[in-house]
Amino acid sequence: MGLIVLLIIVVLLGFWFMSAYNGLIALKNQVFNAWKQIDVQLKRRHDLIPNLVETVKGAMNFEKETLEAVISARNKAISVQAPAAGGAPSAQQVQQTAAAEGQLSGALGKLFAVVEAYPDLKATGNVAQLQEELTSTENKIAFARQLYNDTATQYNTKQQQFPTSIVAGFAKAAPAELWEITDATERENVKVDLSMNPKK
Amino acid sequence: MSESGNLFAQQEANRRRSRRLVIGFILFFAWLGFGGDFILYEYTKHAPPNAYHHGFPFIGIILSIIAAGMAWWAWTTGPKRVLWSTGARELVDPQTPQEKQLTNVVEEMSVASGLPKPKIWIIPDADPNALATGHDENSSSIAVTQGLLDLCSRDELQAVIAHEMGHIKNLDVRLMTQLAALVGAVTLIGEGVSRSMFYGNPLGGLGGGGRRSSSSGSSDEKGGGGGAILVILLVLWIVSWLLAPIIMRLMALGVSRDREYLADAMSAQYTRNPISLATALDKIESADAPTKTIKGGAAQMCIADPTGRHVNSKEGKVAELFGTHPPMALRIARLKAMGYQKAPGAIAG
Repeated sequence: MGLIVLLIIVVLLGFWFMSAYNGLIALKNQVFNAWKQIDVQLKRRHDLIPNLVETVKGAMNFEKETLEAVISARNKAISVQAPAAGGAPSAQQVQQTAAAEGQLSGALGKLFAVVEAYPDLKATGNVAQLQEELTSTENKIAFARQLYNDTATQYNTKQQQFPTSIVAGFAKAAPAELWEITDATERENVKVDLSMNPKK
Repeated sequence: MSESGNLFAQQEANRRRSRRLVIGFILFFAWLGFGGDFILYEYTKHAPPNAYHHGFPFIGIILSIIAAGMAWWAWTTGPKRVLWSTGARELVDPQTPQEKQLTNVVEEMSVASGLPKPKIWIIPDADPNALATGHDENSSSIAVTQGLLDLCSRDELQAVIAHEMGHIKNLDVRLMTQLAALVGAVTLIGEGVSRSMFYGNPLGGLGGGGRRSSSSGSSDEKGGGGGAILVILLVLWIVSWLLAPIIMRLMALGVSRDREYLADAMSAQYTRNPISLATALDKIESADAPTKTIKGGAAQMCIADPTGRHVNSKEGKVAELFGTHPPMALRIARLKAMGYQKAPGAIAG
């Protein structure tokens, strides 16, 4: 009788271990996938920028500095964007990408503030359209980041909470790095960002 | 407003409550079917050997088969029919700035929710409304009315789309289709049986314990050994059948309202901007013409009750029970509470 009870307990524990392990692995893959989603959106942003620069270049040749800042920030962001590697991103990878993209966001913000100052330029259909595209791209990046942070937080919480924490070692679970805004200019530029939303 | 904690707590509370309702719903359904079998079994247990013995649970099995059939039918034909009946056109190649914006907003919300991008449809109706349908995450559709596009700002449109994405993420179409099929099966059998009783159909006599009270005929002769408890159970079961259509409909509506709150909270999670959904709901509410193109069947997946009933805010608790959606004022209040809760955190973090 005692043996049967013991056996049942062992089997139940085994089932629990299996489901906790699988849960952690599933979350780890979700984190990785969410990270790849950010990559996709960043790529889209990088591809869109030459288009934007081409469109506004003629009308604002005396704002060269702003344009050049955008171009160089873009090039730097592309060089940082790491090739696809398996598993969740490393802490360093997250921080580097976050910093480079933060700078690009800042430069773009300034460019949009400048565009606002040229009503003629804004009125041309091309620019309005591009602005919607870029707004959407910026939103998509923000939402992809949000999904990544949410998923990573869920993953981190799960592997730290008792009793799942016991299984974490077996599943090779390590805390995922959150994407934080480290760049001071990006924080500042929130105001400019809002003004570029075509709200009406 | 203690129950409108932060959005994740709200989601959890809503999930718990609707799970409990669904369990109650299924138990009630089982009672109507297999409960009757059990009572009949007990009733006929001590009957003489040559009399009828109820061993095989016909009632429960027949009821389940009919419900499954109805669910299957509604499931396979439902989504297409809903879209077709609204006269919606699919947006494949966006042309106008408005259409491009809609496409972008849907793409944004698909990124935020981590779901595949749904098909987009536009319903030619001036009343602002939106609905989601489809079998699962991979074959879902979101339809918005022209009125919604004209009325809402970009942020508000985003919040409404996020609400619909919430429905898709929670598999609400599947849940509500299944509940509707259970209600349908019970109503169908209840009515069918009471009609067939007149022709002395033996099957009707079995299932119909309900409508025409089987105490008059067969069961009196065979029974006898049941005892008082069994009689009470039988009466309870008959009364249950009489009230079943209305009880089950009310329960399904309760689930529907909970899923609306849940989708609102999901929208807040995706956009992190519950105030936009609140202002969008406010605009939709004040444009009070009914959405004529959306028929009753699709109501549960809309952002707002398309019949445009204002029971919602004015007629109080009883009318509220019959609504597919919670009162607009309550939804807005909860969203605002989420918004204000977020504000201090945003400053600190």
